[in-house]
Amino acid sequence: MSVDVPPAPLPRGTAADRRQPKLGKSNFELYAWVFMRVSGVLLVLLVLSHFAIMHVFDGGLSRVNFAFVSGRWANPFWRVYDFTMLTLAMLHGGNGLRVIIDDYARTAYRRLVYQSANAVVIGLTWVLGTLTIFTFTPRP
Amino acid sequence: MQHLGTLYRGREGMWTWVLHRVSGVAILFYLFAHVVDQALLNVSPEAYNRVIDTYRNPFVGLLEIGLAVVIIFHALNGLRIILFDFWSQGVARQRQMLYVQTVLFLLLAIPPTIAIGSKVIEELR
Repeated sequence: MSVDVPPAPLPRGTAADRRQPKLGKSNFELYAWVFMRVSGVLLVLLVLSHFAIMHVFDGGLSRVNFAFVSGRWANPFWRVYDFTMLTLAMLHGGNGLRVIIDDYARTAYRRLVYQSANAVVIGLTWVLGTLTIFTFTPRP
Repeated sequence: MQHLGTLYRGREGMWTWVLHRVSGVAILFYLFAHVVDQALLNVSPEAYNRVIDTYRNPFVGLLEIGLAVVIIFHALNGLRIILFDFWSQGVARQRQMLYVQTVLFLLLAIPPTIAIGSKVIEELR
């Protein structure tokens, strides 16, 4: 004997539910997923090299001062390197925090507040870092 | 059968998932401070040098080692996550990969710990 069991109602307002892609809607989450993997691999190379140069090799931080940075940023290569690292790190970290906020924010209002704060702080930090890299004037 | 209660406590996979989130947020918050301190380059050479000078002490040295360790964990664990997704054996071999990851983590953590740790010890003497 079979009994028709009505399907359980879908849970509403849970983070996992909200992140399910809807047919015909945008593929944003797919692109974000791909971006995290591509930028992750690039950041492993960029950040570990950066950390080795600035903190490990040849005395590390003990030789870092204004003159040291002037010497590095006299070469456009290191400005492009640092700008690439800054941009990828802000997008990778900002998107990571976006996913975490989606998991833990309890109401739509709080989610909006947290996500807005995340976006604003990421944006301001990226602008400040970009200005620092490209408006810097090396002095001997 | 052992009674485990109602609290889910996963194994290595759950704890590396937790550590990946915690380390990611820690690195991001460090970066906010790092971008602000580098912005002092455009304030004046003296302002920048004064702030960098405050970093040359044993306490900040220990934080520096902590930063290295957190970044190395997040980097290697992230590469393992990528292998779950793109390597056909990735999920089946996740635990073996974690053992390899742990060995690589210890090897990569040695150079920064020695380089920065030796300065910390020297400053303490």
